[in-house]
Amino acid sequence: MKNALGVVDSVVVLGGRSEIGRAIARRLVRDGASRVVLAVRGGAAADAAVELGELGATVTVVDFDALDVDSHERLVRSIFASLGDVDVVVSAVGELGDQARYEREPAAAAASVRTNLVGHVSTGLAVAACLRAQGHGTLVVLSSVAGIRTRRSNFVYGCAKAGLDGFALGLADALHGTGATVMAVRPGYVHTAMSAHVPPAPMSVTVEDVADAVADGLRRGAVVVWVPQRLAGVFAVLRLLPRSVWRRMPT
Amino acid sequence: MFVEADHAQRALVSGWGRTVPTAATVRRPRSVAETAAILGSAGPRGVIARGLGRAYGDAAQNAGGTVIDCTGLAGMRLDPETGVVTAAAGMSVDALLRALIPHGWFVPVSPGTRQVTVGGAIAADIHGKNHHRDGSFSEALSSLRLILPSGEHRLVDRSDGRLFQATVGGMGLTGVIVEATFRCIPIRTSRMRVDTVRAANLEEALALMAEGDDAYRYSVAWIDLLARGPALGRSVLTRGDHAEPAELTPRDAVDPLGFDPRVRLGVPPWAPSGLLNPMTVRAFNELWFRRAPRERRGEIQPLAGFFHPLDALAEWNRLYGRRGFLQYQFLLPFGAEGTLQEIVERVSASGVASFLAVLKRLGAASGGWMSFPAPGWTLTLDVPVRPRVLGLTRDLDAAVLAAGGRVYLAKDSVLRADAVERMYPRVMDFRALRSEIDPQRILRSDLARRLEL
Repeated sequence: MKNALGVVDSVVVLGGRSEIGRAIARRLVRDGASRVVLAVRGGAAADAAVELGELGATVTVVDFDALDVDSHERLVRSIFASLGDVDVVVSAVGELGDQARYEREPAAAAASVRTNLVGHVSTGLAVAACLRAQGHGTLVVLSSVAGIRTRRSNFVYGCAKAGLDGFALGLADALHGTGATVMAVRPGYVHTAMSAHVPPAPMSVTVEDVADAVADGLRRGAVVVWVPQRLAGVFAVLRLLPRSVWRRMPT
Repeated sequence: MFVEADHAQRALVSGWGRTVPTAATVRRPRSVAETAAILGSAGPRGVIARGLGRAYGDAAQNAGGTVIDCTGLAGMRLDPETGVVTAAAGMSVDALLRALIPHGWFVPVSPGTRQVTVGGAIAADIHGKNHHRDGSFSEALSSLRLILPSGEHRLVDRSDGRLFQATVGGMGLTGVIVEATFRCIPIRTSRMRVDTVRAANLEEALALMAEGDDAYRYSVAWIDLLARGPALGRSVLTRGDHAEPAELTPRDAVDPLGFDPRVRLGVPPWAPSGLLNPMTVRAFNELWFRRAPRERRGEIQPLAGFFHPLDALAEWNRLYGRRGFLQYQFLLPFGAEGTLQEIVERVSASGVASFLAVLKRLGAASGGWMSFPAPGWTLTLDVPVRPRVLGLTRDLDAAVLAAGGRVYLAKDSVLRADAVERMYPRVMDFRALRSEIDPQRILRSDLARRLEL
């Protein structure tokens, strides 16, 4: 159970290879979480399991295929059944991909949308049902500023994040009053292996910054978290730019 | 009580500190039979009893399960000769006092608010300003009626040693208390004779209490946790006894047992959360300390002003804003005064706003396995929820543990499960008894989940 200061005890990361997902898990374990489940394709997360174990958590790794939507409900239920009460689920699956390639290979673009959006819908709704039943807990959805206003340079990724952000906020409203909550996290450019091929945008952050913002958001009961926080103001303006200007924005 | 309705019959339930609301199905039985039926139809997330919701943390919450609102269990009998009362678990101390005082009886223990129920008083084995003299609530308790998780009704008295000692202070986790029989304190007036004295610092306050407490039935010190330097721990001690009719003014003497306290003011829901900040609290504390006489003897005060000053302000918990607050109450055994001094220094240095921190010298422990009071000092402070508070409560937990102390579960909302075993050594017996009488863990609360009770 989460305590009065927002310290959680049990954490599930869906997409346990995600650098951001792992950083959030590390941060929550450092703050006091004692049980972690990493759901990863092929169950390949030995390094993360060791790392979290050294920080003091009991870690379980389960096999999870983000594209196999038919398996998601059963998997989520089995995680809740084995872990007991779940305080936080981080929906972390994501791939940035290569916009130029997507434009050449439409099927690859659609596949990336399946990864970045479709799998979150099936896991998210299954998680929501479990959280509603236990009467508490938070689903953390890794959205992105790329979805706040999609742009020329990465609109395939952006459109999936736009859908995901909308899904998260809609689910947050659906769960209002049930004790369960949803938090949409909107980072700007995050330095990871996934983003290494893209030049950093202004106000870039590290995975640790995202983890800090998530931990703080959990304490505050935030529904939307921007990383860094000042991107909220920046995007309030960017959303209003005329399309002719927005189209010419670099990167 | 903070309960928000929801379409799906569930409601968000939180403690008095309003920190971690969780959703539960709230049922309000009107009879013992209805209560037993709710226990019998418990779902997989179990059941916990709730009174007036004055536990600060998550003791009377049950996420995803059922919360039994016991305030519908009303009614009482008084034997006016002996002062023995049998009361339904949902009776509040407020209702009891209004019924008892005109007959010349006072509740055995009065906490800082009248808005607690008899069931809650037993489940938390509450203490009051007379603990050094009379002990906790269970000391006055001769028997209680309990509905066990199996649905069986049981009259539990002291001959039922294990179940009795697990139930008093047991946070409602051995069954649902539906009735209790206890003896009251005879009084001849509804007024208090109060001595007030200021202590310049913590050392002086402790010395005054250690020397003088035994001369009074009731004793407590308000301590300014924002004061620093030589004034660190400056306090106002108020100690007193029930007044005799001869001490009343002619006007009061007309009705020596009159008792009709009112709520004077409410805090509106829109109260700004920044109302209590270090500056306003510092100013309030300064005023409170200056207002108190250096020394005043024999002042006659109404009961409510002496025992329940905050009850005049309805829903004062809203003062701490949307994110709520926690109340941290711990006990340090006699001999650990050095640790107490360190903790007061640590809190003072942190500058965390805390008004009306309370210091009390406790007497002998009851036999309750999970009962909080034991010989020593108990300090209670309100802490608004802020990010930096986490480090403070961790430091306090560690200091309390190292000195062989404990925190009060009825207040707690931040403790970790591994600390409970060291603070409450009988928790092993408590868990074992729970496994016997409740193998399926029908009785559950968020507190029990968090602390693995």
